[in-house]
Amino acid sequence: MAAQRDLADRNIQGESMSSSYPDTWRRKIVAVTLAFSLIPLVGIGVAIHYQYDSAYDKKVIEADAVIVQNRRAAIELFLDKCVDQIRIISETHSLEQLRDQANLNKIFNVIQSKAKHIIDLNVIDEKGTQLCYVGPYYEKLKSVNYADQEWFQAVMASHVYISDVFPGFREIPHMVIAVATSDTNKVWILRATINSDTISSILRQGQLGSKDDVFIVNRENILQTGTRSSGKIMERAHSPDFSSADGTRVEKINFKGEETIFATSEITKPKWIVVLKDNIEEELEPIYVAQRVVFLALGAGALLIAIAILLTTRFLTNELIRMERKKALSDEMAHHSSKMAAIGKLAAGVAHEVNNPLAIIDATAGWMGDVLRKEDTVNNPNLKECEDCVRKIERQVERCRSVVHRLLGFARRMNPTREMTDVNGVLSETIGFLMHEAHQRDISIHTDYDPKLPRITTDPAQLQQVFLNIVNNAIDAIGKKGEINIRTSHSRNELRIEIGDDGPGIPKEILEKIFDPFFTTKDLGSGTGLGLSISHGIISQLGGTISAMSNDGGGAIFCISLPST
Amino acid sequence: MEKLRILLVDDEEDFIDSLVKRLKDRGVDAVGVTSGIKALELLSVQDFDVAILDYRMPGMDGVETHRKMKEKCPHLSIIMLTGQSVSDLGVQGLELPDENYIVKPVSIDNLLKIIHESHLRRRKEL
Repeated sequence: MAAQRDLADRNIQGESMSSSYPDTWRRKIVAVTLAFSLIPLVGIGVAIHYQYDSAYDKKVIEADAVIVQNRRAAIELFLDKCVDQIRIISETHSLEQLRDQANLNKIFNVIQSKAKHIIDLNVIDEKGTQLCYVGPYYEKLKSVNYADQEWFQAVMASHVYISDVFPGFREIPHMVIAVATSDTNKVWILRATINSDTISSILRQGQLGSKDDVFIVNRENILQTGTRSSGKIMERAHSPDFSSADGTRVEKINFKGEETIFATSEITKPKWIVVLKDNIEEELEPIYVAQRVVFLALGAGALLIAIAILLTTRFLTNELIRMERKKALSDEMAHHSSKMAAIGKLAAGVAHEVNNPLAIIDATAGWMGDVLRKEDTVNNPNLKECEDCVRKIERQVERCRSVVHRLLGFARRMNPTREMTDVNGVLSETIGFLMHEAHQRDISIHTDYDPKLPRITTDPAQLQQVFLNIVNNAIDAIGKKGEINIRTSHSRNELRIEIGDDGPGIPKEILEKIFDPFFTTKDLGSGTGLGLSISHGIISQLGGTISAMSNDGGGAIFCISLPST
Repeated sequence: MEKLRILLVDDEEDFIDSLVKRLKDRGVDAVGVTSGIKALELLSVQDFDVAILDYRMPGMDGVETHRKMKEKCPHLSIIMLTGQSVSDLGVQGLELPDENYIVKPVSIDNLLKIIHESHLRRRKEL
């Protein structure tokens, strides 16, 4: 037989279940609660993001539409004003007056004193010959004929002409407004060069972001004004082609890798498009920062939630494990109780079954003795022999009787009770049960009972079970040849029972686990099942404590203390 | 002193045989029957001083036999023979003073002593 401590039968299934079952439970709870709390959070975050985005976009687009329309209106207003000015001059003067240099100078100065948007004035006859000129390019334009110029032909056809920007004879980008007036049989053209800076400055009224731009293009996407970042005047605009855009339009385009809003508005006369480039990435910067802050906050919140869930779940599963163990222990004790009751009943049954034949053997042998006594056994060796046998039979019957008596005593006390108990007595009765086996194994049991040990109110039957368990363990641990020492003592409040053996002892790692419900070092099926955990439970119920000590060199001592009140 | 008349009731025939012989050998008139019913039949036709009943018997058990015997022969002193411990029986339906029980197996001398004591007591009561 293996020399090992008889520790609680391991409910092997219980052991593997109790480590994995709470784990899967914990994983499921964590997964579900995380999902239910984080998914809405993330969902809200995403929804907010998109709401923000689209709301903001809408606002910006609306604002840009208004701005670009404003710019267009301003340009149109300005151009109309210019046309009116020129027309008034042309129609309120005769050709002779206009041809007169001094007169033209005077008119020019009057205009110049109020505003600098007209650079020069030309008077041109119906054949394209320049009749008079006032302005800075006198030398260049002294004797120029405009008959072949596009603008000349256009103004002769439609009487009012607003040109695109062109280099002309002066080879500098400029635009002109020309009005043709007829009087009786004469037609003349009064032409003014418009300062494109004025146009540019009208466009640029109002704040623009550093990456923003506003400019005008014609129907061939050629710039009619200078730009900040979209190209040079009279060149192709560095932007998407809006030359054919009509009405007022706003579009969000990813231009050169950045989100940009282009707002366009069409001017009918001349055929120009006002283009507003709004680089919203720059404007959006604070929004992005705010978004990032919100996401960080959401992230932190999610992290906190996750931590809280993990901690709570761990706490809950630990509680669950703890309660399961408690329940397991109490189940085991109930099971043990009923097992003991069954054993009691069985023992009683056996005792009675044995008692009857025992009584018969006793009576019959007795009668045989009676009969033999009437004979002369002195001279009859055979009869003497019979008489001796009868006596031997009667002795053995007596031995059986005491065994049965003890068995009955053991069986009788399987039900829990509380009564005045002599613990020394219980111990010696217990040893009585095991004496034979100990003797067979060459194990000596030494007792040192406290003669003044007080009687205490406790359950003797249950105490006996615990003593049986421990002494049995000691016998198993020793195996063959050894010593068991049992000692009782008392102090003012308690009784102490020490059961020590000189077996191999209990290793330190196991020592703290031996009273555990699910711990055993024996194989499944072996061992009496009266585990140390149950002994522990019984002693606890009786208000006492049980502990084990083991030395490095071997041997172990179990100490039980019981309250003496 | 006249011989005491003992009626033994126990379902174990071997037991009764030996016990009857031993009792007779010691100056007591003993008869044995193996069931409560047979005991009651016998009581109708014969008179006894002391009856010894086994507690557990098939058919009519010791308790019932005890009761019926008391009804039939109130003067009879009855001793219960039991394989169980005395204190257990107290719980199980018969409320009798300890002196009226004996636990099996019992020595013949002890049995005789109890029989005489029981009979004397009964005689005093009546």
